[in-house]
Amino acid sequence: MITRDEFKTIAGNGIWKQNTSIAQILGLCPLLAVTTNAVNGIMLSLATILVMALSNVAVASLRNFIPHEIRIPVFILIVAALVTVVDLLFNANLHELYLVLGIFIPLIVTNCIVLARVEAFAAKNPPLQSTFDGIFMGVGMLWTLALLGGMRELLGNGTLFGGIDMVFPSLQPIQLLPESYPGFLLALLPPGAFILLGCMIAWKNWMDARAAARAQAKPPAPVATAGAH
Amino acid sequence: MFAPAPYFLKDVSVSQVMIQVCIALIPGIAAYAWLIGPAILVQLVIASLAALLAESAMLKIRGKPQALFLSDGSAIVTAWLIALTFPPLAPWWLVALGTVFAIVVAKHLYGGLGQNPFNPAMIAFAVCIVAFPALMSQWPSVGLQMSLLDQMNIILGLAPRVDALAGATPLDALKTALKLSDSNVDIAQLLANQDIFGNFAGRGWEWVAGGYLLGGLWMWQRKLITWHVPVAFIGALVVISGALWLYNPAQFANPLFHLFSGGAMIGAFFIATDPVSGCTTPRGKLIFGAGAGLLAYIIRVFGGYPDGVAFAVLLMNLCAPLIDLLTQPPIFGMKNKA
Repeated sequence: MITRDEFKTIAGNGIWKQNTSIAQILGLCPLLAVTTNAVNGIMLSLATILVMALSNVAVASLRNFIPHEIRIPVFILIVAALVTVVDLLFNANLHELYLVLGIFIPLIVTNCIVLARVEAFAAKNPPLQSTFDGIFMGVGMLWTLALLGGMRELLGNGTLFGGIDMVFPSLQPIQLLPESYPGFLLALLPPGAFILLGCMIAWKNWMDARAAARAQAKPPAPVATAGAH
Repeated sequence: MFAPAPYFLKDVSVSQVMIQVCIALIPGIAAYAWLIGPAILVQLVIASLAALLAESAMLKIRGKPQALFLSDGSAIVTAWLIALTFPPLAPWWLVALGTVFAIVVAKHLYGGLGQNPFNPAMIAFAVCIVAFPALMSQWPSVGLQMSLLDQMNIILGLAPRVDALAGATPLDALKTALKLSDSNVDIAQLLANQDIFGNFAGRGWEWVAGGYLLGGLWMWQRKLITWHVPVAFIGALVVISGALWLYNPAQFANPLFHLFSGGAMIGAFFIATDPVSGCTTPRGKLIFGAGAGLLAYIIRVFGGYPDGVAFAVLLMNLCAPLIDLLTQPPIFGMKNKA
């Protein structure tokens, strides 16, 4: 089973400390290509979360039966099978969005985040922990892609949640800036994604540095687990 | 980059160099204001204000001394080059946005004066032409027939942007004419008949380019720049445009037209000669200039953008460290390895 501390570590790693997009800088290809608005980023992240949770639990359950020498091809086969399922689900239920996300759903197979988590975590840990790891790594990706996509479409179009009608037909995108806003096209093009991602990484490093400085300035807290090394 | 000894230290400060660069730009600016329209003077003021504000804000954030860096004039030179390469009737926020981007991203995020791998003014141009292609291609056709007040109102957005204002640059007009008509179009005829073309290049614009040439020669005479980059830039441009012109004079304009059109002159003397983002070694400067001239021609003639100087300079900026590394001159007293 899973202890409270283990759960906290896994969640903290996924959401902030080892965040796939702004700490590990993995999976840049979908990140750059898909985050032209928040909805695309969120939907691709949801698909990735599903794949990661399922592939992590599958690999973690089978980890003692997979020969070490051929583990990578086996991992890829498992991931590919799961991605095919997600791909068909998107095609059947969210067809318009499927057309927008296009090649990037099948490409989740090659997304290094999925393989990295399977290899680095699921192959060495029990199924429950691995499931949570997959989910929280995905949640970390979800909020960064949503934030990046939101900033890009706000700068580029002046809207927020453009394309939401493809997921919920009754909702409409929010027009945040006046209609006359000329649109900063650069933000929607790949350079805009690079520049904004760079700003987000700088922001994370700045937050971490500030937290570290504060922890150092404070007198050392009384150690709860006294005696342990 | 680095150059081997001996080092000679010239006793000039950054601000003295920058002031002289501004003086060297004056003939071009004067011709611009006289022949095209005084709107450029408004743009120069807008760009300078934006540059000083952005510079001051970044210095404050970075905890650097304000007075020392604000008075060195480097921000003003960047601002002037931006104003001169943008369309004269561009809305005020376009010039301001380009300038702020140049100072904040291209200059200070890379470490400030002397640390930027790319020419900030050309970054501003590239960012704006990619982000706002329509606004960045609105050039007044032949001399602006309106008062300074009207021009100011258009820049500040107080008067509507009339479509008639928006023409094409001579380079664009040439490209469009060649694309639209059948293959039997003749460039020599086009140049002679259309109103937009003057004696040997764009009407009016040819003398603006002449002004830059004059200022550039003065900078060379004052030893602010060496001859290598401008000569290589112009040489490469003349060689490739001359070769294609000789091959088919009906399809390709002559070298003189290319030299005095678009950003060729200001690029050769004021932009490619930037000591920070360009090459340092003499042979490196020759390669840098020639590469920029060649790429500028290829992009402006065969590419989709109105002019290629900005992209050519940025691409060569990328190569500058490698070129410098490969063209180190022999150390004093040693024989060349080759």
